Amino acid sequence: MAEIIDLVLLAMLAITALSVIFLKDLFTVVMLFGIYSFLSALIFVNLDAVDVAFTEASVGAGISTVLMLGTLALTGRKEKANNHKAILPLLVVCVTGGALIYGTLDMPPFGDPNNPAQQHVAPRYIQDSPQEIGLPNMVTSVLASYRAFDTLGETAVVFAAAIGVLSLLGLPKQDRAAIQSGLQSHIVLRVVAKMIIPLIVLFALYVQFHGDYGPGGGFQAGVIAAAALILYALVFGLPMATHVVSPNLLKALAAIGVLIYAGTGVVSLFLSANFLDYNVLASDPVAGQHIGIIAIELGVGITVFAAMLSIFYAFAAQAERKNIQ
Amino acid sequence: MSFIVDHYNYWIVVFLMMAGFYIVIAANNLVKKIVGLNIFQTSVFMMYISIGKVTGGTAPIAAEGITTYSNPLPHVLILTAIVVGVATTAVGLALIVRIKRAYGTVEENEFEDKEDLI
Repeated sequence: MAEIIDLVLLAMLAITALSVIFLKDLFTVVMLFGIYSFLSALIFVNLDAVDVAFTEASVGAGISTVLMLGTLALTGRKEKANNHKAILPLLVVCVTGGALIYGTLDMPPFGDPNNPAQQHVAPRYIQDSPQEIGLPNMVTSVLASYRAFDTLGETAVVFAAAIGVLSLLGLPKQDRAAIQSGLQSHIVLRVVAKMIIPLIVLFALYVQFHGDYGPGGGFQAGVIAAAALILYALVFGLPMATHVVSPNLLKALAAIGVLIYAGTGVVSLFLSANFLDYNVLASDPVAGQHIGIIAIELGVGITVFAAMLSIFYAFAAQAERKNIQ
Repeated sequence: MSFIVDHYNYWIVVFLMMAGFYIVIAANNLVKKIVGLNIFQTSVFMMYISIGKVTGGTAPIAAEGITTYSNPLPHVLILTAIVVGVATTAVGLALIVRIKRAYGTVEENEFEDKEDLI
C-alpha cells in the first residue's frame, strides 16, 4: 500500500513541476510551488521522515510562499514571453538527465535494509541513542547531540541569511505613523485571526518543548511562531505587528539564539569536556544531555523565529513603501 | 516490476532535478528561476529521504515493540537543509527586489544590456 501511495504522490509531484515550466502567470507558479511543498511533505511522511515533513509543510508551503508572494507584489505578476529559442537548454537537460538515469541503474534497491546507507553509523544511532541520550526521538538526538556542531553551523547560516536580507532591504522603522493597512475591513478574517493566533503560538511552544519526544524541535517551532506573527501582520498591518515585536528586538533575538547555542558549547568546554559535549552539564550524563538539548533547541528556535520574522518584515516594509508611493 | 519499484523514486528525483535545472537555465524571469532552484533543491531532499527509507520500517522515534526504523541521519541533514534553504531563498528574493529597483525589470534579457547601476 505504501508503495502505491509513493507512486501516486511522486507522479503528482512530477506533474506539478512540469506545469511550473509552462505557466507564465507567476502568481499561479508560486501557488503551485506551495502545492508542490505540501505534496513533498506528504511523501516525506510516507517515507517515515516525519520531522522533515513537518519542516517542509511549515517552511516550504508557509514561509517560502509568503516571501515569494511578497516579491511578486514588488516585481509584477506576469512573466514576459521571450522569443529566444529554448532548444539548447532542453538539449543540455536531456543529456544530463539521461546520464543521471543511467547512474540510478547502479543505485541499491529502494528500501532494502542491507543498503550501504543503512550499514554505516545509522545502526549505532538507532540502537544506542535511546539509552545514551535518553530521548525516544532519534532525529532530535542526532540533530542536537551527535551532530550538534553541524547544527550550530546551520543556525549560523540562517542568522547570516537574515543579516544578508536586512542589509539588502532594511527593516521597517518602528515609529512611522500607523497608516491603514492590512485587511482591517474584513471583520471575519480579523475575528478568526484573533482566535487562532494564540493557538498557533501555543502550538509552536508545544513543538519546541515536545520535540524531544515526538516530531518537532527548534527549527519547526521557530518557523511556526514566526508564521503566527506573519498572519498577524497580514491581517492587522505591518505597523501593528512591529508594535508587538519590534524590529530591534528581532535583531537582538537572532543573535541571542546563536549565542545561547554556542554558549552551551563553551560551558561544556569550561567543565573540561569537548565543545558541545553535554554529558558534563549535570552529574548524570543522561540528565546532562537533556539540559544541553533543551538549551540548544531553544537557541535554534529563537534564531529561526527572529530570522524568519525579520526577513518577512523586510519584504513587507518594501511592499508598504511601494503602496505609499 | 520490482526493477521499476526499486528505482522509481530515483527516476522521479532525476526528473524533478532536470525540471528545476531547465527552469533555472531557460526561464527569463528571475522569480521563476528561484522557483526552479527550489524544485531542484527539493529533488535532492527527496533523494536523501528515499535513501534513508527501510521497507517495513517506521519513523525513527523509539517505541515499544518496534524493531525496524528508517535511517534517522538523512532526516537530520534534510531537516536543517530545508530551513537553510528558505533562508538562502529569501536572500535571492531580496536581491531580485533590489534588481527591480535598480533596473526596473526582473526579466534577464531586459537588464543585461543596461549599464551597471549598482
